[in-house]
Amino acid sequence: MATAQGNDGAMMPNPMNQFEIQRYINWEIGGVDVSFTNSSLFMVLAVVVTSAFLIITMRGHQMVPGRLQSISELLYEFVRNMVRDSTGPKGEKYFPFIFSLFIFVLVINMLGMLPLGHYSFTPTSQIIVTFALAALVFVGVTLIGFWKHGIGYLKLFAPSGVPWYMLPIIIPIEIISYLTRPISLSVRLFANMMVGHTLLKVLGGFAGALGVAGIGPLLLMIPFTGLEILVAFLQAFVFAVLTSIYLNDALNMHDH
Amino acid sequence: MSQQVNVSKPGTPVTHASTQGAEHKGGLPQLNADDFAPQLVWLALTFGALYWIMARIALPRIADVLEKRRDHIATDIDAAHKFKKRSEEAEAAYKASLADAKAKAHTIAQDTRDKLNIKTDAKRADVDSQINAKLMDAEKRIKTAKKSALKEINVIATTTTKDIVEHLIGNKTSDKDLANALKSIATG
Repeated sequence: MATAQGNDGAMMPNPMNQFEIQRYINWEIGGVDVSFTNSSLFMVLAVVVTSAFLIITMRGHQMVPGRLQSISELLYEFVRNMVRDSTGPKGEKYFPFIFSLFIFVLVINMLGMLPLGHYSFTPTSQIIVTFALAALVFVGVTLIGFWKHGIGYLKLFAPSGVPWYMLPIIIPIEIISYLTRPISLSVRLFANMMVGHTLLKVLGGFAGALGVAGIGPLLLMIPFTGLEILVAFLQAFVFAVLTSIYLNDALNMHDH
Repeated sequence: MSQQVNVSKPGTPVTHASTQGAEHKGGLPQLNADDFAPQLVWLALTFGALYWIMARIALPRIADVLEKRRDHIATDIDAAHKFKKRSEEAEAAYKASLADAKAKAHTIAQDTRDKLNIKTDAKRADVDSQINAKLMDAEKRIKTAKKSALKEINVIATTTTKDIVEHLIGNKTSDKDLANALKSIATG
């Protein structure tokens, strides 16, 4: 259908267009651009969908849960066990934060898989969004570490059991690895989301451009879509697990 | 694609233009710094709202239901244990009373059997003695009958012999001789 218009070659949609921010409502408060964009829309949707689902499915307070209530309970217990396993009892009070982080990323990733044409969007494929979340985790964890252990938190950079002559090498490595946490955390999620969506878009473009032969890329899209759904879940899980592990470092240092 | 929705409101054309610019330069749309501020603001708003809703409403409710269920199951298991214990006790009591009743029934049966035995023995003895008495009586009567019959036989024999002797020899014999003769025959 693309070739029907005569512009051969240039007709495949740019697979990067899907990452562009579109301003639905332009707003500016105190010189700061707070426009309601497609990114905002999907973040709001994620909050609404998550809250509505978790609250409505639990409304019945059923002793024997139905299917939907089971999903809510499974999500809860899944994250709860993960937090408990990696941080121990001290991490209990940070559970709501890690749960929010997990469900926010998960639902945004999943909503991004909806085939909504031009309106499809995945905020987690925006580096600024993932970096902000990772920075929030990083700053929060660092503050908790210093708050719990004072200046002793710096001992995190000198693992116990390391011979003294190795310390000049180990300490810089530990510091660098600590400081790159927010970068690895944010880039991992961002890159996974972007690559998956780009790949699907490229395949989709081929499917459209090749006419009848487009059935090939179209069939290929089926397993890749399944894979992307898996990645969407996995990356949300990885984000939450790493947050729990960092939190564990701050709460228990090395004695865990 | 971006034009369709970007026409929403006039007033901030700068960001619009730069978005297009970034795309045409071939860079990632995600690296367009003009788009950072609105995303950060909305991220803070939405994630803040989500955290508040999760921490205050959604998660406590789920925790509440799970805890109630755990309690419910625990009490149910407790109750089941109690019932089991009670049923075991009832079974034991039942067995005990069954054994008791069996023992009682046994003694009652034995008693009855003994009593009946005594009664039948007494009756049997009674009947035996009656029968014996009757037998003795009957024997006595038979004896007397025999005696009287024997006496009569003697008399009949004497008179018959007397008659026969009279007929044969035409002589009257004295009773005394006759009696002696008969006696000698009888003793033989």
